Amino acid sequence: MRVALFVPCYIDQFYPQVAVASLELLEKLGCEVVVPKDQTCCGQPMANSGFASSTGGCDANFTTNFDGFDYIVGPSGSCVLHLKEHHPSQKIRSSVYEICEFLTDILKVSSLTAKFPHRVGLHQSCHGQRFLRLSSMSERNEKPFSKLQDLLGLVQGIEVFLPKREDECCGFGGTFCVSEEAVSVKMGLDRIKEHDANAIEFIIGADTSCLMHMEGILRRQGSNVQVKHIVEILNYD
Amino acid sequence: MISHADASEIFISDSERTDWHDETLWFVRAKRDKVSKVLPEWEDLREHASQIKDHTLANLGEYLRAFEAKAQANGIHVHWAADAAEHNAIVHGIIASQSSKVLVKSKSMLTEECHLNDYLASKGIEVVDTDLGERIVQFRNEVPSHIVLPAIHLKKEDVGETFHQHLGTPKGNKDPQFLTEAARQHLRGHFLASEVAITGVNFAVAETGEFVVCTNEGNADMGAHLAKVHIACMGIEKIIPKREDLAVFLRLLARSATGQLITTYSSHFHLPREGQEVHIVFLDNGRTRQLADSKYKNSLKCIRCAACFNTCPVYRRSGGHSYHQPVAGPIGSILAPNVDKKANVDLPFASTLCGSCSNVCPVKINIHEQLWFWRQDLMSAGLAPAVKTVGMKMMAFVLANPVIYRLGGAFLRRFSGLLNNRLNPWYKQREMPVAPKDSFQEWYKKR
Repeated sequence: MRVALFVPCYIDQFYPQVAVASLELLEKLGCEVVVPKDQTCCGQPMANSGFASSTGGCDANFTTNFDGFDYIVGPSGSCVLHLKEHHPSQKIRSSVYEICEFLTDILKVSSLTAKFPHRVGLHQSCHGQRFLRLSSMSERNEKPFSKLQDLLGLVQGIEVFLPKREDECCGFGGTFCVSEEAVSVKMGLDRIKEHDANAIEFIIGADTSCLMHMEGILRRQGSNVQVKHIVEILNYD
Repeated sequence: MISHADASEIFISDSERTDWHDETLWFVRAKRDKVSKVLPEWEDLREHASQIKDHTLANLGEYLRAFEAKAQANGIHVHWAADAAEHNAIVHGIIASQSSKVLVKSKSMLTEECHLNDYLASKGIEVVDTDLGERIVQFRNEVPSHIVLPAIHLKKEDVGETFHQHLGTPKGNKDPQFLTEAARQHLRGHFLASEVAITGVNFAVAETGEFVVCTNEGNADMGAHLAKVHIACMGIEKIIPKREDLAVFLRLLARSATGQLITTYSSHFHLPREGQEVHIVFLDNGRTRQLADSKYKNSLKCIRCAACFNTCPVYRRSGGHSYHQPVAGPIGSILAPNVDKKANVDLPFASTLCGSCSNVCPVKINIHEQLWFWRQDLMSAGLAPAVKTVGMKMMAFVLANPVIYRLGGAFLRRFSGLLNNRLNPWYKQREMPVAPKDSFQEWYKKR
C-alpha cells in the first residue's frame, strides 16, 4: 500500500523521532512510504488564531506535496483534524488519516513485535478523541471504545494507566498556550499531577503538541517522567 | 476592561482556591455524567431536544404570536422589548403604576443581561434578589459568576463574612445551615412587603400560553404568589411549541445543570389568580441578529443549564468573573461577541477548542465550532492587535514557502536558546523543547 507520510512542521523541526518511528512502523507493516520533501504545515496555527483567511499559501503547498495520494498519514490528531475540516481540496480531506486510526481502520493491525515493559499514562488528546473519534468520550452516553488502547494492547509488557479524569484537556490549545499562559500551564500541571498519582514512567499520546506542553512543565519541575508519542511505543522493539 | 487572560492569571494566583473551584464544578459535572448515563435514551433525548429547537427557531415568529394570543386570552399582559433599554423601561413602567416600590426578584439571568437592578436603583427602586446565591453576590456588589450557581466563586467563609456585615450574623460563623436560616429570615420580610415580583422564564409554551419557571429554592413561587403583580422576563428564544415538549426539556435541564433528576419546583404559570396582574416581557436584544446568521443561529437553542461551564477546563480554572459578561463560560463566549465585538474580542480565544462543551450540551449546540467562527469574524473585523496580525501574516508566509521554512527551522533550532527568556510566555513556567541537530527532513535525506 502506497502511503504519503505527513510530518507536521513542529515534529519535523523538534520531534523528528516521532516521524522516524512513524516511517519505520509503516514500513514494517508493509507500506510503501513516500515522504514529500517540500511539505511544511497544515495551516492550523493561523486558522485557530482567527486567520484562516491567511492559510491559502499553506493549503496550496500542502496540495502540491500530497496531490494524488489515496492515503496521507500523519502522527498528529490535531493537524489531521484541521486538514479534514478545513483543507479546500475534497480529495485531501477524504484521504488524510491520523496514524492510529490508519493502523486500526485501514491496515487492521492485529499484531506487533513491540515490547515496552514500562508503566505509561495515556493522555487522550481532545481533537483525536472527540473529533476523529479515536476513543469514546466521558461526556457521551456511549459504548466505551479506544483505538489507542487496542493498539497498546498489542505491545508486550506495557502497563497502561488513565488519569483520574480520563479525558480532560491538557491546556495546550495551540496559540492558547501562550495567549492564556496561566490557564494553559495550570491545566497541564493538573493533568501531570493525576498521571503522577499512577506512578508512571512515561506520558504517552497521539498528539505531540500536547506532549510538548506537558514535557515543558515536567522538565521545569525536574521530573523523571518522560513523554513519548504512541508510535514510538508501537515501533519499539 | 481587564482581559480574560489577565483576569485568569489573577484568579489562578490563589492556587488553592482555584483547585477548590475546579474540584467543586467537576463534582457537578461528574453528577451530570452519572445521571445522564442512567438513561439509555440520553443521546436520543439530546437529538430530539435539538430538533425541537431547530424547528422552533425556524418558525419563531409564528410561535411567539401564537403564545401572545393564548397568553392574552388567559389574561396575561404581553410586552415586546427590542433591547435592554426598552425592556427596563417597560418593567419600570409597570412598577411605577403600583403604590409600593418594594420588589423581589428570582431566577433571572436576563435581567442581569439588561442590568435591570442598576437601572431601577437609579429610579429609586430597590430590587431584592431572593435566591440565596444571587442575594450573596448582590450584598457584595458583585455579579453572578455562574448562571446556575451564582456564588460558586465564594467559600462558606466568604459568605459568613458577607452575612456578618449585611445581616449581623456572628463574626466567624460559617455554618451553612445557620447562614441559610439567617437569609430566610431576612428574605421573609421582603417577600411579605413586596407588591411586585420579577421572575425569569425557562420555557414558554406556545400551545397554551403558559410559562414554566424551574427552581430549587422556590423563591420564584413565593414571590409570584405573594405579590399583586408578577413580571416575567424572557428572551424570545425560550419559546417551545407544545406542553409535551417539556417532557424532553425538563428531563435534560436538571440532569445537565446539577445532576438532579428534576428541579425541585417546575412551576407552570398559566392564569393570573383573582386580583393579580401578570406581565410577560419578551426581549430581543440582538437575538434576531444571531438568528439571521446561520453560523451562530444554533446558540439560541441554549436552555441555560450551564453544563458547558461545569465541563469547561478553562472556566473551572479562571472563574466566571474573568469573562466580564453576565453569561460566562463557553456559551457566554459565543453570545457576547454578538452584542459587542470589540469588548468581547478575547472571549472566543478563552478556549482550547477541546470540544467538551459541545458534547455535554443537552441541545447539541456546536459551541466549539462557533468559537472558531467568532475568531475568524473578529480578526477579519480588524480587532487583532497589530503585533498579532503581523506575526500571523509572517508565519503564513514562511509556512507557505518550503525553502524559507527550512532556513527558518534550521535557524530556530540552532538558536533556540535565545527563546529561554522572560519575554517568551512559554518559558515562564515551561522549558522549551530540546532542539535536535537534524530536522526529520534532513535525517531523511541522509537515510
